Formats: sequence, C-alpha cells, structure tokens
Amino acid sequence: MSILDTAKQAAAGVLSKLRPETPPDPLIARQATPGKHGSLGTSVPRIDGPRKVRGKARFAAEVPAEHLTYGALVFSSIPRGRIASLDTAAAEAAPGVVLVMTHRNAPRMKPPAGFMSDPRAAGSSTLPVMQDASIHWNGEPVAIVLADSQEQADHAATLVAVTYEAAPARLNFAQQISQSHQPESVLGEPPMIETGDAEAALAGAPIKVDITYETPRHSHAAIEPHAATVWWDGEDLVIHDTTQMLHQTRWTLAGVFGIPENRIRILSPFVGGGFGGKGLWNHQILAVAAAKLAGRPVRLALSREAVFRIAGGRTLTRQRVALGAKADGTLAALIHTGTVAMTEHNNCPEQFTFPARHLYSAETFLLEQRVTDMDMLANTFMRAPGESVGTFALETAMDELAERLAVDPIELRRRLEPQQDPTSGLAFSSRHMLKTFTDGAARFGWDRRNPVPGSRREGEWLIGLGVATATYPYYRMPGGAARITLTRDGEARVAMASHEMGMGTATVQAQASADRLGLPVERVTFEYGDTALPHGTVAGGSSQTATIAAAVTAASGKLIADLLQRAGNDSPLAGLSAAEVEARDGGLGHREKPELFESYASILSRAGLEELVAEADAPPPGEAKQFSMHSYGAQFCEVRVNAVTGETRVSRFLGSFDCGRILNPRMATSQFRGGIIMGLGLALMEETQFDERSGRVMNPSLAEYHVPVHADVPEIDVIWTDIADPRAPLGAHGIGEIGITGVGAAVANAVYNATGKRVRSLPITLDKLL
Amino acid sequence: MPITINGQSVAVPTDPRVSLLDLLREHLHLSGTKKGCNQGACGACTVLADGERILSCLALAVQFEGRSVLSIEGITDDGALHPLQQAFIEHDGYQCGYCTPGQICSAIGMASEIERGVPSAVTADLASDSIDLTHEELRERMSGNLCRCGAHNGIVDAISETYASRTGASRPAVAEIAE
Repeated sequence: MSILDTAKQAAAGVLSKLRPETPPDPLIARQATPGKHGSLGTSVPRIDGPRKVRGKARFAAEVPAEHLTYGALVFSSIPRGRIASLDTAAAEAAPGVVLVMTHRNAPRMKPPAGFMSDPRAAGSSTLPVMQDASIHWNGEPVAIVLADSQEQADHAATLVAVTYEAAPARLNFAQQISQSHQPESVLGEPPMIETGDAEAALAGAPIKVDITYETPRHSHAAIEPHAATVWWDGEDLVIHDTTQMLHQTRWTLAGVFGIPENRIRILSPFVGGGFGGKGLWNHQILAVAAAKLAGRPVRLALSREAVFRIAGGRTLTRQRVALGAKADGTLAALIHTGTVAMTEHNNCPEQFTFPARHLYSAETFLLEQRVTDMDMLANTFMRAPGESVGTFALETAMDELAERLAVDPIELRRRLEPQQDPTSGLAFSSRHMLKTFTDGAARFGWDRRNPVPGSRREGEWLIGLGVATATYPYYRMPGGAARITLTRDGEARVAMASHEMGMGTATVQAQASADRLGLPVERVTFEYGDTALPHGTVAGGSSQTATIAAAVTAASGKLIADLLQRAGNDSPLAGLSAAEVEARDGGLGHREKPELFESYASILSRAGLEELVAEADAPPPGEAKQFSMHSYGAQFCEVRVNAVTGETRVSRFLGSFDCGRILNPRMATSQFRGGIIMGLGLALMEETQFDERSGRVMNPSLAEYHVPVHADVPEIDVIWTDIADPRAPLGAHGIGEIGITGVGAAVANAVYNATGKRVRSLPITLDKLL
Repeated sequence: MPITINGQSVAVPTDPRVSLLDLLREHLHLSGTKKGCNQGACGACTVLADGERILSCLALAVQFEGRSVLSIEGITDDGALHPLQQAFIEHDGYQCGYCTPGQICSAIGMASEIERGVPSAVTADLASDSIDLTHEELRERMSGNLCRCGAHNGIVDAISETYASRTGASRPAVAEIAE
C-alpha cells in the first residue's frame, strides 16, 4: 500500500470517529422489548406462496399479447472474426415467418452502458448489439427470426445460412495469464492491497503453505430461462422482463434506443431464480428492436442452450494463497493473489481477495486481483461473486496450514481473530465469527473429528469432517426511494421497484413495514417489480433488505410528520413532535403516555382524507464507510467418499451464521440452505465447459451442466447468532449470498480428512480422488 | 378425438410439432406448467397423463388424443389447495416458485408409484410387499425435478408429511411385472 493510501485510511479512521453516528433503528430495541414484539422475527409464510403452488404466479414468458410473434436466435459458431456471408432468403420464405433481423436491417442502436460504469447502468457488456458483421464470442447472436409460432421460428432459424472469416482468438486461459493486468478497480476498491513486505515475511516464516487453487466457470442455471415479452405502443415501450435490475435496465435501454426513460415501462413481478444472472443481455435489446421493425409484440424466451450462449456466468480463477505462520500460529504473512478471465467489454473481476481483506489478522498482507482479457461471452456476477471461489482457496489453505501447525482448524481461527478490520483499520460494527464456530462445533459434534486423514471407515466408505469460514460484506445500495400510501381503513401499501426472485422480499418488507407503522402484517402490502413505482435498486450484493428498509424508514418519517400536522388541535396528539410519538396499534401515540393516542383512521377521517401518501429517498449508505460491516459464518461438512469409486456424498451439513437480526426464520433458513446447496454444486459437480480451441460452451444444457438434485442434498442444519447490528436498518444483514461462501472449502477439507487427498481444483470429481 | 385437459375437452393442434407443454402454455394459457429446458432435463414441465407423471416438453400434443391430462391448475376440482400445495407453503418448499408446479405434479405421480409398488434404484428389497416412503426413496424418485434455489429440504418435508401414511400396499408379483 502506498503512503498516500495509508494516510487516507488513517484519515478515514479519524473521520469515522468524528462523524456523528446515526442512532440505531428503533425497531431493534422494540423487537427486544416484551409485549412490543411485532411481525419481524416470526415465520410469516411467503405472501406469494398460494400463487406459486397453484402455478398462478405469472412469469415474463407467460404474459399474453395480441398478434404476438415468437423469436428464435441464430448464434455465431466462431469466437472472433467477421460474418462473410449471410443468406436469410430461405428463412424469410418459411411458413409463418414475420421478420428475419440481422446486422443489415437492425435499427441503429447505441451500445449499452456497462454495469458499474454508472450507478444507473445495467449492460452486462458494452458491445454494440447486432450492428455490424464483427463477431466477439462463440455464440453471439447473428440473427433473430420472428414467426407466428415458436415452432415456426425455431425451424426458420435453422434455415439462416452464415459463413465466417475467422480471426485469431484468445481462448486459452493458461496462456493468457501472462497477459494479465490489474483492473482499474474491483467494485470500487483497489485491485491491490499491500501492507509491509509479505513475500519477505513469508520467506522468513518457520511454517508456511504456498499453494495454487483453481476454480472453473459456473452457470447460474436458474430454472426459469431468461425471457422477455415486449411491445411498442406508439412511442411507448412495454417490457415484461425477468430481471434483478429494473430501473437500471430502463435507463440503459433508453440510451440504447435514444428514447426518454419515461416512455419505457418494465414489469418483473416474478423472477424464476436470478443469482446475479438476470441482468440486461442481448435478448431484451434484440426483442425490442425486432418488435419495432415488425410492428408486433415479441416474445423472446431463450432456449436453455441460448442461456448458455448469450447470458454469462461466473468466470474461472487461478489463485495463489500463501500463509506464513509463526510457531504460535499467528500469521507473519497473508498472500492471496490471482487472475480471472474477463473481456474488454465488461467489468466483473470476481473479487476473490475480498474475504482475505477482512477475516484474519496478519503482520503483512499482499492481496492482488488481476484479470486477463479473452474472447468469450462477458462473465458476470454470480451468487457471492469472488467470495464463493475466494473462500475455497483461502479456507482450504487455512486447513492446510492448521495441519502443518498441528492445531485444530477452529483454534487456528481463534488465534487469528483481529481486533479491528485488518486491512481498512475500521472498527467492526458487529462481528461474532468465533461464536459461529463455537456454536456450530457443539451442534455438529466437531470434537468427534479425528485429525488424522483416512482414519474413519465404514465398509467401502471413508468418512471425514471439514470446516471453513463463510463471509460476505454488508451492502446497502444508494439511490432507492419508497412510497407509503396509508388509507382511512388503516391499511398501508408500501411501494418500491424492487425485486422478488424467491428471497422473500415482499413478505419480509410487509413485515418490516407493518412493524414500522404499527400495523398488523395482514394490513400491509408491498408492491414491487414495476418501473412505474418509486426507484428501486439492483437486487445484488444481498442488499435489498437493508436498502428497502432504509427507504421505507425515510418515507414513514415523512408520513408521521404529515399525520401530526394534519391531526390538528382536536387530536390527542396535538402539539406533539415526531420525536415524541411512535407508530403503534394502528395509529400514533406518545412514547411514554399511553393515553395520548389516535388511530390513523381517526386522523384521516377528521382531516377529510381517504388516504395519505408519503414518498422519500433513502439516506446515502454511510454506515459501511464508517465501520467494517460484514457477515460471518462457519460451515461444517461431513462427507462419505467411496474408497473404490471415488464418489463423494455429503452426508451432513451445518451452517452457523452471524448476519445480524434474522427477520423471518423460515425464509432465512431457506436462503441459507439455498446458498449452501449451490455451494455443494460448486464443490462437487458444477463446471461450464469451455472449449479452448473453439471458444464454445460444450455443455449448454441442464443434462450436462450438473446442479445438485434431491439425491445430492442431505438435511441441512442452519443456526444463527441473531445478534442485531446496531448500524444496519432493522439490525439485519442480507443473507442471500453468504450461504454459498466457505462451502467449497468445507467440502474439500472434509474430503481431505476422509481420504488424505487434497483437491485444489474444483469441482471435486471422482477422477481427482482415484 | 380431443384431449381432455383438466376435465375440459381440447382440440389437438394442427401443427404436429406442438409439444404438450406448448399446447398448455401458449395455446391454452395454462402457464402453471413451466418450461425450464425443453429437453427433459429439469422436470419443470411435469404433468399427469392418465395419472402418470410425464415430461410435457418431450411429449407431442397429438400423442395425447383421447387421453386425460392434469396440469397444476387441475389437480384439485374446486380451486381449493391440494394438501401437498398446503404443505409446500408450510414447509417453504420453494423460493422463486418456478420449479414448484412441476415438483408438485411429480410428487403426486410419485406417490401413486409408491402405492403401486413400483421400485426405484434405491429400493433395497425388490421382493418386499411394500415400499416405505423413506427420505432416501423420496429423494431418489424426485431427482428428476431440479430446484436451483435450493428448496430441497422443504420440498422433501412437504412431500414426506403429505404422504407419510402412504406406503405401497401390495406390490405386484415379479411374474406380473414380467408380463
């Protein structure tokens, strides 16, 4: 780290001490007060459950439209070069075909603004879409066919004849590593952090590990394929999309098509799994352009193959972790460096060094992220980008070091527990990581683990236990706004253009808003999934719970102030300030004098109002700049490895988490389990196979891209500390991503304990154990 | 001859390429049956044809002339929730909800396979009179229905609770199966 950076950090530390701290969310204290416990913390069933089990939740590809056309795509079969010839005559003459669009007749469109280039941008890539003959990846769309039925469109797409002039392409990751470079930033953070001379400290350390780990490409593989149903109504554009970035998609499309944002409405009430993959890809742009040319609505529902060809996944990584330990197990050096594949057209450097920036104390650090540009489909964010694969490397290395030191892996983490954030120097807002290990170890029976590998065998099966740290940052996104509509009937509608992909957003925000307004949860609805609503933020970084809660808090403050003003002199609330009252029992009351109370219905009636509306922006998320705010956990795994076949079965799993206050235990359990199960896939089976000769994805199907099935998933135990973070709205951290972190290492460490074999390259398939 | 879908008579499509899945979703707007892969790998399109679970994406609609198909919209007569649907809600056997109709239809078909004594790859005793719906049996038999959100535990609990009392009654003798 440069002197300048050190000075900046020191200054930030001083500033954080000087800056007045926002008081904790009052709902945290209220939650803990007997008799005032509201809906939060209870397992309210999912509000949309009955619709989902009946098949009545309507997804983007299911919206009906008059005179609908169906789209099918034609993909390039080379990774780089130009289209040499393009013959669409046969396709155009095929029955039912309405339009064949290629770069020759596509409307002129600006390139999409890239995600992270602007807070309003959503483009997964900044490449122009179907604007010329150039080819940038194997699978790039070269034509879209519209027809009266899907069958007709699919058939006609096979009749488009394309030839190519191939150009040399960068396809071999191992070769390209020599061409790697640091990205400008890694999600706004520096690509490199260096404290002291870590290499020298490593060289001088008495006990060390210095190991390379590899992780492959992954696919989100949401069961709902990407899809859009779109139409133009004069100058107005309507898009039924499956997206986790509504307003960002709208702003970006407005730029692509050169139209005002307010002429575009995007609706996305249900998303059939996102995990980071449901952003703005080529298909929405192509569907909108084709709908314009054809003058008819378009449904472009991607085939499963198309999802693999045009919607990117997690990139591959090669990582080095070197740990130099002193005899007491403390670290003289922590080095975590490596390279991932990316393109020049996107900015997703897979932040695998982030865990090492915040987890453990060490005297010196060298943490560096590099990227190398390849000719491939743009990679993107996938559940815990960076942390998922970064913890595989770091936490496997920790296990390797613990063995060298002959200390228990949990004891090693106790010796490395920092007093403050080890690289930023900030104070921790809420960190109970060691408690997750202690609680998890007791429940899992960690004391029964024999540290000698291969020492437990039942018949053909070798049994082993492994543990690893889970971690994920706390994020709250800037730029959100919420609107509350309070009716004379004492009901509230809370609205924000947020996203429900199965996390339980609508349910938990109804709970939070109910407690905030002192209403029963049945009287509150949360409206989301529509750009006509107040501005939502990206469903990413496990940020929605805190982000929405902060906006609703701001709106409720405004609402309460307005209610007090309108209550008038005849109200029991007359003369009270907002600071003196609280929302309770369907109205407002003095915090200490129960007799000073008036219901919302009464206030609104007297004021002659049917309803009262308040809308406000959330305050900027300063809390994570003042404090080191992260979630933590301990992942415990038991595997059985077949000594004859090398088959690994996960027989027991426990996730123990510290994520602030848990708002809905039933849904939280599902979120944690979901992350863990995707982590089992990462550990044991998932790999998007990329042919380094052709640049083509070779397993673009759910038959060949393996995800965990019922038979792979044991009963997964989940526990949590439930300790509120006083700096977070509701005291809660997001929980959508931490579940996947640490799982790869927990499984790999258990496999080592079972077999004595260290697998340092994911996935842990049978061949690596034989 | 028409197809009976959820008790209603439906004409077979004129285009023989139309799958049963697309007939449901695009022609009849019964979009509760989901398309996840359109190639028989994910199970999201599972429906019941004459009581047997099938993948509607791999079935041409014209094959079902004269037969009776139940989709998620038709598994109860009166619009009330099926006990299994209720159990999915109670056990949070879903997150995004996209694989859910397929999981439910598949589980209904599976339960009747258990009742009929149809063995699976993990059935230890093929000569036994009945099959217990253990978690191992259930997981094996439901493995054709993918869930990416990771709701597997809730799904298993929901199915297990709903069909706990049901185990295979008398199973056909080996000779009968051979016939």
